[in-house]
Amino acid sequence: MLELRLRKRYPPRADSAAFSLEIEFRAAGGVTVLFGPSGSGKTLTLDAIAGFITPEEGRILLGDEILYDGASGVNLPPRARHCGYVFQNYALFPHMTLRENLAFAAERRPRLERHRRVNEMLERFHLAEVAGRRPHEVSGGQKQRCSIARALIGSPKLLLLDEPARGLDAPLRAELYALLGQVRAEFQVPIVLVTHDLEECFELGDDMLVLHDGRLVQSGPPRAVAERPANVEVARLLGIFNLLEAEIAELDPQRNLSRLRLGEFLLAGPYFPGRLRGDRVWLCVRPDQLGVAAREGKPGPNQMPAQLLRTVETPRAVRLEFSGGVTVELPRTEFDKHKHTKEWLVGFPPQALRLV
Amino acid sequence: MPIDWFPLWLSLKVAGIATALSLALGLWLAYVLANRRLRGRELLDAAVALPLVLPPTVLGYYLLVLFGRVSPLGRLYEWAFGAPLVFTWQAAVVAAMFHAIPLLVISARAALESVDHVYERAARNLGASEWRVFWRVSLPLARRSIAAVAVLAFARTLGDFGITIMIAGNIPGRTQTLAVAIYDAVESGNGALARVLVVVVSLVAVAVLTVANRLVARQAA
Repeated sequence: MLELRLRKRYPPRADSAAFSLEIEFRAAGGVTVLFGPSGSGKTLTLDAIAGFITPEEGRILLGDEILYDGASGVNLPPRARHCGYVFQNYALFPHMTLRENLAFAAERRPRLERHRRVNEMLERFHLAEVAGRRPHEVSGGQKQRCSIARALIGSPKLLLLDEPARGLDAPLRAELYALLGQVRAEFQVPIVLVTHDLEECFELGDDMLVLHDGRLVQSGPPRAVAERPANVEVARLLGIFNLLEAEIAELDPQRNLSRLRLGEFLLAGPYFPGRLRGDRVWLCVRPDQLGVAAREGKPGPNQMPAQLLRTVETPRAVRLEFSGGVTVELPRTEFDKHKHTKEWLVGFPPQALRLV
Repeated sequence: MPIDWFPLWLSLKVAGIATALSLALGLWLAYVLANRRLRGRELLDAAVALPLVLPPTVLGYYLLVLFGRVSPLGRLYEWAFGAPLVFTWQAAVVAAMFHAIPLLVISARAALESVDHVYERAARNLGASEWRVFWRVSLPLARRSIAAVAVLAFARTLGDFGITIMIAGNIPGRTQTLAVAIYDAVESGNGALARVLVVVVSLVAVAVLTVANRLVARQAA
């Protein structure tokens, strides 16, 4: 169990604006993902846990050990923190073989046990054949496995990973996810992982912490966060929503009805508790929840006429970008039915409408 | 004309020993200056660079006072080694070290600082003490630049004149190094000897520079 509360300010400098990190969270077992755009403080948080940077105040607890406590002045050096750290570019020592890299990390153990442990890890991570090679002589996947093995060989109480999948091609990425799944099951070590990739959060995360501008803006299981972003900021960071500015024109709790004014168009939706008539709100709806139709005569309910600006092919679907900032994602077969459509209607299913 | 090669051998011996000692001392100083938050660190920094700017005769004079037979340091040396330091070939080693140390400390620090800090972080994270980080990670990663600097330091010490003549003197067959021998040859009108020695020194210098450049080039590759 990791408990963290910290504050660190960076004054403005010639090459960077002022930044302050103020964050508090707990991470139990399993994988906790720190998600956020670059510059949101994810890696700084990881560095503070590992002891590479010293916060101004706060407290970092790992299990029953105090790693840092601003009030009492406790600040363990990185070497005493027992946190395995997997660096972005692995940081394997280039002048040592893979075996020596692992042995370096096991030097706190007695000699005989060290030898056995290094061999065991080499076997476990399928590195035995290349153990005598230097990092630049092995493949990307082998480097990756070696860096994770090196971080784990000292039996750390916590494993930290800084964007482990950055710059990896798809097969390596899949290999990494499988490997981390295995590590999770076999080593019983809590993992904190930094990423800016939402898919990775879903793939690996038990819990997800959304960081923005040095603050924690939402936390929870990835599914819950993606289904109910706490505010428009989170919704924007997740990058998977249409965010449309609207005004509540009508609210009827009795009939569970509402009307939203979207420009000059009125949408029917369910009743939104806790809102008032006249509120300016953000309508938040996923592109795949919207539908399209060809315009023939009068539009049906919740069908908004729109102009198609652009279509983008993605591996699994087609994305249609309409005027007014509305994006719709259709399965390819669905899109093919609309080859000859000139005038479009975008359909907003009332149950898909959500406000943030 | 028979040529006495003693000054060449003496110079090589002095330069070799001085470079080795300076390397040990210089790396230790570079480590201390890089890692410890010492009070008076800036002063130490300046002191290390001082021999670069002071005239060699001034340095030689200081050393003469410092290690003279009546000074405490000089007496300590005499008590420890059974003979005075000044006007021996060992004094030439001390003189040479004053050329090598500033060069080594300054360049070794630059080389150590240019090592990607992520490796040092990784080493600390894996439980290594600062001393082990230095020996096992920073130093090996900077080894080529440091080796190149050591070669340059060797070449630099080969040519010292000012400090050497002040504290080691000019005793043929005992403390007469190449640079001093050349001066001596010119002074005594032995132009032929001077020319030979000058060519020898130049050739050694070119050879040493070639080695140093290769070391740096291989590091870059």
